[in-house]
Amino acid sequence: MAYSDKLIDHYENPRNIGSLDKNSEDVGTGLVGAPACGDVMKLQIKVGADGLIEDAKFKTFGCGSAIASSSLVTEWVKGKTVDEAETIKNTDIAKHLALPPVKIHCSVLAEDAIKAAIADYRAKTKKAE
Amino acid sequence: MNVQTQIRRNDQPIYLDYQATTPMDPRVLEAMMPYFTHQFGNPHSRSHSYGWEAEEGVEKARGQVAKLIGADEKEVIFTSGATESNNLAIRGVAEFYKDRKNHIVTTVTEHKCVLDTCRHLQEQGFEVTYLPVQKNGLIDLDELRAAITDKTVVVSVMAVNNEIGVIQPLAEIGKICREKKTFFHTDAAQAAGKIALDVEAMNIDLMSISGHKIYGPKGIGALYVRRKPRVRLVPLIVGGGQERGFRSGTLPTPLCVGLGAAAEICMKEMGDEAERLAKLQARMLKGLQSKLTDIVVNGDLEHRIPGNLNISFAYVEGESLMMGIKNLAVSSGSACTSASLEPSYVLRALGVEEDMAHTSLRIGLGRFTTEHEVDTAVEELVRHVKKLREMSPLWEMAQEGIDIKSIEWAAH
Ligand SMILES: Cc1ncc(COP(=O)(O)O)c(C=O)c1O
Ligand code: FES
Repeated sequence: MAYSDKLIDHYENPRNIGSLDKNSEDVGTGLVGAPACGDVMKLQIKVGADGLIEDAKFKTFGCGSAIASSSLVTEWVKGKTVDEAETIKNTDIAKHLALPPVKIHCSVLAEDAIKAAIADYRAKTKKAE
Repeated sequence: MNVQTQIRRNDQPIYLDYQATTPMDPRVLEAMMPYFTHQFGNPHSRSHSYGWEAEEGVEKARGQVAKLIGADEKEVIFTSGATESNNLAIRGVAEFYKDRKNHIVTTVTEHKCVLDTCRHLQEQGFEVTYLPVQKNGLIDLDELRAAITDKTVVVSVMAVNNEIGVIQPLAEIGKICREKKTFFHTDAAQAAGKIALDVEAMNIDLMSISGHKIYGPKGIGALYVRRKPRVRLVPLIVGGGQERGFRSGTLPTPLCVGLGAAAEICMKEMGDEAERLAKLQARMLKGLQSKLTDIVVNGDLEHRIPGNLNISFAYVEGESLMMGIKNLAVSSGSACTSASLEPSYVLRALGVEEDMAHTSLRIGLGRFTTEHEVDTAVEELVRHVKKLREMSPLWEMAQEGIDIKSIEWAAH
């Protein structure tokens, strides 16, 4: 399968690998997929006092397209508000990385991961209120 | 030019996929060449020397193949490959004896061409028993014994598995089949030329062989069909009645000659080659185990051809690993289930958990593999497994002591 240069770049030089403190109040964590399915994505966001996402980290067990999709999403969400980040669509990811049709669901997983991280963050802030 | 550079250009990855196919041995190509050019005759032409020369080439090749498996040359017929041989053997006997017998025994880890042939026969009313395998990939002989009935026409058990390289106990299986008066077919595509095979000592009635797995050409194979006691088959391809009527069509002389030459080289060099490959296999495994934790060899390591390793690198998805090790041509059965590829049914049959099945690679070593290539492969694998583990949420959990099975994953 021929992959795009952008995809290969994200796979070979993934951005923002790592973990944030999942117990911290300003960190939202999304964990999606399942080991038995061959894909697990963990995506975390850290939201500043100004409501902007100041940091994002990921770890992914999955194919190269899944790794690239999650890497790309961490780049995209930084500097956005939580509401803005929520509008990221898997189709945008797939288009940017020129994913072949059988790899579209890898970008869906990345969209799910960011949504899950946002939901976790919101649940925490609601509790804090 | 040395053999290495004939086989691989410098800009190509290191070939470690010898179960998928093998490069042709240059000596095989040399033996074939005259039959592509001036010795082009139809081996079935009886009226001139062109035909006679071609026939001589074909018959010599038949003898070379027969010798490799301890058969008589009259018992070897040429086919287009192991797929056709398997189809012909299983379908051929099933149909010939269908008035008296209607049951077939095979295993769950057979090659797709055997499984599909059996499914096809099931649709036509035959009964098929698919024997499970044990954790090591081998069948349980008591289960085999229990599965055979007086309606069983053939037992088809592969000699060596193409994914995990394990060797089934052929002599024991042959003995049971003979006692129970049922035919024994074995798919020896991955076994011929790699391990010693003897159709007499092992009581084998039908055996499939493939040219391109033994450093011969693609598009040629053979089927051994026992003459005493006689095994009868309904042919798949009818016409001029060549190959004792089992397989009509003009024989591809150069390919037959190539298969024969390949068989003879295997016959002569099998012992030394197996020894050399066993050293390389051990070197690769030791290299990986000394630098990585949490790796598992799938399938029995003892009852295995030395040219195969199938390894699960826990917490690292196989397809992403393959993307990293660009310099190595290996194979992976995995990719997440939502994509086109499924985790290997062979690994699942061994009871390998799905999450581990997704992390496996098949590494095939062969005649032209060098120590240097093995060392390069180890270095590259270790580097990428470590890199991908740093990226893996499952590895992180494992390091924190979290059991990934204790988590409720949202399956999709
Ligand atoms: C065990 C086994 N059987 C059958 C085949 C099919 O052989 P051929 O490519 O000669 O049709 C293969 C090769 O993929 C194999 O590994
Ligand atoms: S995550 Fe399924 S193939 Fe990429």
